Amino acid sequence: MMAPERVLERPAPRNPRLSVPEVEVRICLGTGGVAAGSREVLKAFEKKLALSGVYAVIRPREDECGGQCASITGTGCQGLCAMDPLVEVILRRNGSAHKVTYGQVTPAMVDEIIAKHIIGGEPIAKWLVLSDDGPTEFASFYEAQEKLTLRHVGIIDPEDIDDYLEADGYQALYKVLSSMSPEEVVDEIKRSGLRGRGGAGFPTGQKWQFAAGYSSPDGIKYFICNGDEGDPGAFMDCSVLEGDPHAVFEGMAIGAYAIGAPLGYVYVRAEYPLALRRLKIGVQVAEQRGLIGDNIMGSGFSFHVTIKEGAGAFVCGEETAMMESIEGRRGMPRLRPPYPAESGLWGRPTNINNVETLSVVPWIILNGAEAFASRGYEQSKGTKVFALAGKVNRTGLAEVPMGKSLREVIFGIGGGIKNDKAFKAVQMGGPSGGCLPESLLDLPVDYETINQTGAIVGSGGMIVIDEDNCIVDTARYFLRFTQHESCGKCPPCRIGTKRMLDLLDKVCEGKGTLGDLTFLEEMAQQVRTGSLCGLGTTAPNPVLTALKYFREEFEEHVIEHKCRAGACEALTTYSIDPGTCTGCRACIRVCPVQAITGERKEIHVIDQELCIKCGECYDKCRFDAVRRS
Amino acid sequence: MTSGTVAGTTIEPELEEQFQELLDHYEGQPGALVPLLQGAQAIFGYLPEEVMARVAETAGEPLSQALGVATFYSQFRLQPHAKNTIRCCHGTACHVSGAPLISREIEKHLGIHAGENTSDMLYTIEEVHCVGACGMAPVVMINDRAHGKLTPDKAVEVVKTFQAEVEGENGGSPATSGQESEE
Repeated sequence: MMAPERVLERPAPRNPRLSVPEVEVRICLGTGGVAAGSREVLKAFEKKLALSGVYAVIRPREDECGGQCASITGTGCQGLCAMDPLVEVILRRNGSAHKVTYGQVTPAMVDEIIAKHIIGGEPIAKWLVLSDDGPTEFASFYEAQEKLTLRHVGIIDPEDIDDYLEADGYQALYKVLSSMSPEEVVDEIKRSGLRGRGGAGFPTGQKWQFAAGYSSPDGIKYFICNGDEGDPGAFMDCSVLEGDPHAVFEGMAIGAYAIGAPLGYVYVRAEYPLALRRLKIGVQVAEQRGLIGDNIMGSGFSFHVTIKEGAGAFVCGEETAMMESIEGRRGMPRLRPPYPAESGLWGRPTNINNVETLSVVPWIILNGAEAFASRGYEQSKGTKVFALAGKVNRTGLAEVPMGKSLREVIFGIGGGIKNDKAFKAVQMGGPSGGCLPESLLDLPVDYETINQTGAIVGSGGMIVIDEDNCIVDTARYFLRFTQHESCGKCPPCRIGTKRMLDLLDKVCEGKGTLGDLTFLEEMAQQVRTGSLCGLGTTAPNPVLTALKYFREEFEEHVIEHKCRAGACEALTTYSIDPGTCTGCRACIRVCPVQAITGERKEIHVIDQELCIKCGECYDKCRFDAVRRS
Repeated sequence: MTSGTVAGTTIEPELEEQFQELLDHYEGQPGALVPLLQGAQAIFGYLPEEVMARVAETAGEPLSQALGVATFYSQFRLQPHAKNTIRCCHGTACHVSGAPLISREIEKHLGIHAGENTSDMLYTIEEVHCVGACGMAPVVMINDRAHGKLTPDKAVEVVKTFQAEVEGENGGSPATSGQESEE
């Protein structure tokens, strides 16, 4: 063990801020923010602040501030996606800074924010989601969170490396290269208890130790960042890549130093064009500044990063399939052993970590393994980002210490179920995970506890479903996904998932039998044991957990031919409530098969023989007179 | 169909130049097949047979291998593709929030199914798994722009607004592609 002793060049912003503007406006430009119209809001601020005549809009790194100045920054995801577009306003007056966040901002609201708040000094309380002045109705979304991974996301400008450098960016890499040996780095990560955030939860330090133990004849080893976030419903990696790309490069460079890898790849799915663009900008600038690339900071250590765009295959999130894909072939998993640590990409020792895992590495190096390990629960240390989506009030990203209960996350942070509907289940871990019922909501979220339920923590997606969602249909949705994404290498996965899907289709159509349910379970076991990679071995999980916790709903489908949620079309009937119908003929006009009859101002009737159960009348009726059962 | 039917051997000269640049760039690089196919698709909008053959040659692979890779990944298209892509997200969050109804309405509005082009080659509908904006579910992406928190009606409005922009540019009326179903 010998720590390098040379004096390195400490990373610093090249264009330091020339001025600190009195007003700072930060607008979420993550994919979610943009979907909600944040670009238009940003333009409105730019235009209207300049028109106000009170503030000059400046770029703090390029312009000096003459009088009263304002700056406007586009950031990554600010977390509370349900209230996008989010706009943070910071006012610096009389030596102190005052910060608030507005939610669901439209260009039409911008005038008032500028006039009353920015110029007048009075924040507009009714639009606030977060405020320095005291708690808002969204306080419980923020209180329980602790942002280590997301420390910069939603705060810095992801396309400006100097923003990252000012926020201690690349200081962890500096610390590692100037004062730690590779063994010490591995040891630090091991002591932190960090586990892979991509799904499997394998200890990161141990993975690095394995990879460090192998070498290749030509000295080439690879360090890959897995950004192929394929779980539908998980978007934390997307947010990190979009909102803090340099943290990923820094984490990779630290890992590459620890295992001795001169080359790296970031593999990102093609469905994330914004993340790809920001990574490409980032890697170029970081190389120009000598923060990655040749002879980093004058240390003699070199690490080159290539951005690799995926081509649309879920299975490529599996590490050996990803290597096949990078090599230009079909992304089909390889047999293990040999493990990638020994023989991975192009036969060289290779290490793969997930985006979220890597982006927290610099934090651990700067704050120490103990600081990370002091958070969390039993074998699951630190914090984890969860993506809350589905029928929960506050959809968005929340980073909490491991070990919080599901109830705290869904009802505390997530604010409960939309439209006061009844909670039915939460799907943990996407198509590889499972759905958990109300009775398990007090379980702590840690790898071991959740595994025992049949679900997995996985990448951290939490999709909440309510009484309007059918559990059989949800299980079928996930299976359809994995069936479609099965690469076809292992017959139990390729054919088994198809057969399972056929059975679920039968159940949803009301043609299933109790025997089918048993057969479904048997087949699930065979798919699980007969498949090579994680896709096949976990594909049955959603079906198995649904059968385990919601068997009576399956049985209703097969015995009573009833779907209590009204989601399975074949088992649903539409009728018109005579007491509520006003005879407005709206349903008659939309019915595509003329199944509804009735004169104006008289009660209408649906002919069940003709009805194709399209639900058009149900959606159209303004008086809730069309009943679905 | 108007232009765009690359039949047989002719590639337009300006595209040929771009394509040759792409081939030269990746010549001799390991693992070049996927990025070559991606680059070629970016140039031609899809992967005509002649293009595939030349990509395979540059990558040092048999055509069968190139075709195998192209059909494995969902990104690649072997048929011409309309100018604008409407991607209906069918990720989990979108699915439980009503994505199937949104898809159905958009399909009805444009008079095509997912995976098809409108006859004027202006629009195509794709069903995709998760665009990473689950907090805004249900989401539809039109080209690279995401639209969130949609209802079936709002989704059709968004598509109509986009059509008006597109067809306004062409000097055409903001009416749809001539295949619109009766309303």
